[in-house]
Amino acid sequence: MGIVIDRSLCVGAGMCALSAPGVFDQDPDEGTVTPVGGAAPDPGDPAVRRAVDTCPSGAITLAP
Amino acid sequence: MTTVTPEPLPTERPRGCPFDPPSGLRDRPRLSRMVYADGHVGWLVTGHALARSVAADRRFSSRHELMRLPVARAGFTGPLPPATPGMFIGLDAPEHTRYRRLLAGKFTVRRMNTLAERVGEITAECLDAMAAHGPGLDLVPVFAQAVPALVICELLGVPTDDRERFQRLAEAANDLDAGLEETQAAMEELGGYIAGLVREKAETPTDDLLSDLTTGDLSFEELVTVGTLLLGAGLDTTANMLGLGVFALLTHPDQIPVMREGPEAVEKAVEELLRYLTIAHTGVRVALEDVELAGQVIRAGESVTIAAQAANRDPEKFADPDTLDLRRDSAGHLSFGHGPHQCLGQQLARVELRVALAGLFARFPTLRLAVPADEVPVRRHADIHGVHSLPVTWDGE
Ligand code: HEM
Ligand code: SF4
Repeated sequence: MGIVIDRSLCVGAGMCALSAPGVFDQDPDEGTVTPVGGAAPDPGDPAVRRAVDTCPSGAITLAP
Repeated sequence: MTTVTPEPLPTERPRGCPFDPPSGLRDRPRLSRMVYADGHVGWLVTGHALARSVAADRRFSSRHELMRLPVARAGFTGPLPPATPGMFIGLDAPEHTRYRRLLAGKFTVRRMNTLAERVGEITAECLDAMAAHGPGLDLVPVFAQAVPALVICELLGVPTDDRERFQRLAEAANDLDAGLEETQAAMEELGGYIAGLVREKAETPTDDLLSDLTTGDLSFEELVTVGTLLLGAGLDTTANMLGLGVFALLTHPDQIPVMREGPEAVEKAVEELLRYLTIAHTGVRVALEDVELAGQVIRAGESVTIAAQAANRDPEKFADPDTLDLRRDSAGHLSFGHGPHQCLGQQLARVELRVALAGLFARFPTLRLAVPADEVPVRRHADIHGVHSLPVTWDGE
């Protein structure tokens, strides 16, 4: 299980950066999601789960 | 399952509690047939999970010309004209995506957080003006409308000398007591003002959003439309959220101390106020193809009304939903919508609400209503819920 990011779907709403600021940031030009640092987002992290749950566009999802 | 006869959207708010959704709305099943303003028989969604999935599903369109009006507006039953270029709230991907990409970078969480200090200064100016006036005033113009108007002036780059004119026009454009002609005249004047501003910024760019946009590849018409959309979507909403939010807090005084418990408590409190009040209460989508939903088939061309205020009080999502509880976890509320059109300005609105509400209750700890709660004039039929005025008072120095 991992986190899948599809930036083509992202609408820059910022729910990810709001929910898990240490994990997701937004591109300063397009507002689209950018992972913070090199590590892959941890699906076990409650903040990451919250980002997945509240992302409005389906750009961040949990891989089966 | 739903063999109930199609009914119009319930809009009459119950007497008594000014914050509760219209009576009748929540008695509707999570998906039911609904009669629209023009007689169209479409659908109504009241359940949280279902509302979320409709809003996120790209088989449902936001295009204005496809949409039926849930209720008539001043006798007008539709159809709406197609959205003009730049009016992206009424467009689908890929046009919609193009505008979001151009704008979302200006509204990121990071950028809005850096604006908090400036919002704090603006709030302090408004609170100073209140203190200078002294106890006993209508909070709506001096606080609820003033803070968002000054913030958006700053963001767009409205010159200081124009701010009074700008605020007066914006108020007139959103004045529900005024006739249709008056508000339209104000809207037109506002549009004219924005057109002038865009021209100015194109010639002599300054450090603000409009100037930034003029260097991109948007046409003059698109720039004016985008400017107008930002105002139309950002001003009346935030102002009413502040006005109604303060009203809700003053009628739940046991909750007010939470507003003085620091940033984390205030962040949660604002989310709960957003959920509980759901001022932008109704959205519409249109099926582009036949879509199966909760055992029913929504046919291509049928409109679906999303009753966000019912969804935000769905007991399956929020326990004890009719209780305002500033300490609860309200994440997942639909007050900024959901799906690709979820509010572009939500991170700005959050910063404004946190800073302004916390500032108000810190500065005026004895703030209270100056009239009985049932005498506060509440908007009864508006697209955005709110109060017309909010008479307040406090213990003077
Ligand atoms: C508390 C305040 C606010 C509330 C409750 C609110 C609510 C909403 C909602 C429910 C939508 C979704 C509409 C739909 O799905 O069709 C929306 C969209 C939008 N909002 Fe807000 N809003 C607020 C503040 C703001 C602010 C401050 C701005 C900008 C300065 C703004 C700009 C927009 C724009 C441009 C859209 C269209 C987004 C799109 O279609 O992609 N809003 N808002
Ligand atoms: S929450 Fe989703 S849509 Fe919003 S910025 Fe993050 S990935 Fe993009």
